[in-house]
Amino acid sequence: MVDTTIGAAGTIQPAEVKDVELYHPKSWVTKYVFSQDAKVIAIQYSITALSIGLVALVLSWLIRLQLAFPSSLSAIGPGEYLQFITMHGMIMVIYLLTALFLGGFGNYLIPLMVGARDMVFPYVNMVSYWVYLLAVLVLVASFFAPGGPTGSGWTLYPPQAILSGTPGREWGIILMLASLILFIIGFTMGGLNYVVTVLQARTRGMTLMRMPLTVWGIFTATVIALLAFPALFVGSVMLLFDRILGTSFFMPAVVEMGQHLKYRGGSPLLFQHLFWFFGHPEVYIVAVPAFGIVSDLISTHARKNIFGYRMMVWAIIAIGALSFVVWAHHMYVSGMNPYFGFFFATTTLIIAIPTAIKVYNWVLTLWRGDIHLTVPMLFALSFIVTFVNGGLTGLFLGNPVVDVPLSDTMFVVAHFHMVMGMAPIFVIFGAIYHWYPKVTGRMLNETLGQFHFWVTFLGAYSIYFPMHYLGLLGVPRRYFEMGEMALVPPSATTLNIFITTAALTVGFAQMVFLFNLIWSLFKGKPAGSNPWRATTLEWQTPETPPGHGNWGKELPVVYRWAYDYSVPGAKEDFVPQNQPAVARAA
Amino acid sequence: MTTAIILVLVALGSVLFHILSPWWWTPIASNWGYIDNTIIITFWITGVVFTAIVLFMAYCVFRFHHRPGRRAVYDPENKKLEWWLTIVTAVGVGAMLAPGLFVWNQFVTVPPGTSEVEVIGQQWQWSFRLPGEDRRLGTSDTRYVSSDNPLGLNPNDPDAHDDVVIEANDLHLPLDKPVKLLLRSIDVLHSFYVPEFRTKMDLVPGMVSYVWFIPTRTGTFELLCAELCGTAHYAMRGKVVVEQESEYQVWLRKQKTFAQLSARTRQAKETQ
Repeated sequence: MVDTTIGAAGTIQPAEVKDVELYHPKSWVTKYVFSQDAKVIAIQYSITALSIGLVALVLSWLIRLQLAFPSSLSAIGPGEYLQFITMHGMIMVIYLLTALFLGGFGNYLIPLMVGARDMVFPYVNMVSYWVYLLAVLVLVASFFAPGGPTGSGWTLYPPQAILSGTPGREWGIILMLASLILFIIGFTMGGLNYVVTVLQARTRGMTLMRMPLTVWGIFTATVIALLAFPALFVGSVMLLFDRILGTSFFMPAVVEMGQHLKYRGGSPLLFQHLFWFFGHPEVYIVAVPAFGIVSDLISTHARKNIFGYRMMVWAIIAIGALSFVVWAHHMYVSGMNPYFGFFFATTTLIIAIPTAIKVYNWVLTLWRGDIHLTVPMLFALSFIVTFVNGGLTGLFLGNPVVDVPLSDTMFVVAHFHMVMGMAPIFVIFGAIYHWYPKVTGRMLNETLGQFHFWVTFLGAYSIYFPMHYLGLLGVPRRYFEMGEMALVPPSATTLNIFITTAALTVGFAQMVFLFNLIWSLFKGKPAGSNPWRATTLEWQTPETPPGHGNWGKELPVVYRWAYDYSVPGAKEDFVPQNQPAVARAA
Repeated sequence: MTTAIILVLVALGSVLFHILSPWWWTPIASNWGYIDNTIIITFWITGVVFTAIVLFMAYCVFRFHHRPGRRAVYDPENKKLEWWLTIVTAVGVGAMLAPGLFVWNQFVTVPPGTSEVEVIGQQWQWSFRLPGEDRRLGTSDTRYVSSDNPLGLNPNDPDAHDDVVIEANDLHLPLDKPVKLLLRSIDVLHSFYVPEFRTKMDLVPGMVSYVWFIPTRTGTFELLCAELCGTAHYAMRGKVVVEQESEYQVWLRKQKTFAQLSARTRQAKETQ
């Protein structure tokens, strides 16, 4: 789309804002703690998400140590193992990835990229963060509660989630459900804000089809999340009722360790449908912002417009819509009516088509580009590798007959870590290296960044690529130890030790990354306002880091799409979105 | 240059790992060879796509990385190319889906004349029930579960009396006879998983699910629980023994029926 002009610049009304309209903070507390500035809220979200993410990272080391050296760690029993995998999964999916992409990047980037002064409801935005923090604290509390956190797996399937054969049945499951309910309440406040800001607060000239794909990704993911989280919300409330009040939403008549319980007539499959009606879109809640961000990283660092912008937008929307009709592909072997398999297999494989289009357009953006192998670009490349790999193994699992032998094995673990663990996290890293200069005014250290990238990418690939083959062999997931299993050769233990070594190495590299984040805050090279020579509006702010209200006296006016890189005839190899067409001719 | 070489190594290394991997599926022991074939087709299609994309990226990084004076080509859209790629992708996806759905239809359609065996899961053991001489399984309900009726058979149903009850012991199956497993749980979710049979299906309390197959190889196969069912999930193992019809009959004659087992528990209680 070559769209570089809008009408005559003279017809555009000035957009001065009187200073009194900006609820400026009056004290240190309202500036840094109870702040209503989306940028501060974004940093609060990001720090909280990364901190709880560290807990999940440590849990992953314990899980891997147990798998490599079974029964040599006396501190980890079967109960603890289940608690670790449950908390690791839930923290990573919800409290790290969802919160960081939407609460972190969404808050920081949406107002800046669409040329708004802030989110449209700043007060609600602030409350959103504090409710999220409360949700995290409730989750952390379950580690210290009697009986510990729940060990029911991150899917929390009843009946076992609330029966005594599962650890954390006393307090863990209650706190987990309470925390999820709080998270969803907090997210809904933030999410409505992101959607309304994108629809209502774009600056003059910023048409929808001129928005950077980052905004399209975060916007679409937020809409998906607002529609999907309610299913988890009601599921959580109903499961909480089953646990505390003795209702039977999900509980049929069961015998627990020889005792008849009072439950009657509930359906465990109903929970699974509710869970996955949320759970599958959740994959895209994480993936779609990553799609958007990585498009902008590739375009900026390859100095080339994103290939097929309109197709990219429509693909994001198509994926978002289709993500609501594929959920039962998680349930091919759940005991639901197997004839559903035909429908869900078809929808699932159809979703591969818009997803493949996105991949083609990313690599075609590299084609005949001017590729700068900066750290953000390297992470973007590693995203494509892991995402393509994980997406393709999704075609195995989406096909019901192939899913039968592979589901509930390590193949699934490898698949989803590749596609929604590594791939989005690589985008997060790339995005942090890319936008850190805007947030802090300083560059992250390049050498440490290169080290962090190579260890993380090659290490993570060596963790998850071989893991598929354990699943192909038939090793089930969520097993505390293999014990005597005829189908598992001794070489599988060697492979497990290798994977654990790689996991610990990758974990160490994250410490280098954290060090870089803190060190560069004080010692990093000053960045200037637009170190990557990017076109989008957040790089055109009058101040770096941008002040409260983002734009000084007058809002920017947008004259072109976000991808005017290497335009023929232009002096520079980028033309900012707010540069009028006349300036180029001059 | 280094980045391009590493990308090439990642692509070729993955292919080499796939070819040389000693970790591969167990030799099949059921009629579901079609499943293995579908996996092979899927490996080919996805393997080619993965290698092509990563090698293409490596080429771009090698050929178009920044040098002083380089400028990217301004190239916003190419409708024809985009449509071609979409169509080729759709064809590839169809090539995986079509055989998949064809086999799935067989997987869920039980042929007539298939004998039925019930599998009962509970924390953390496997039990089984075979129809008796009337060739019919009696009704059951979790409410009937008690210490002398661990599987919850309906004591008032005459069909249940001659059912063969195998509590927490191995299941035997005759070779080459199609069998339909009726899956039932009395507490939490479990999943019937025998890697060699390429079968897996959850046992859900409150309902009965099913899966069918034909054992095609004699031997003893491990039965694993594949759905998280609590602390001892990893230890919930069983054995399925596939043997010739004659050996199977010998084994079957040694098993006790529901009526015999309840009579025995009654006697034991009376003598106490």
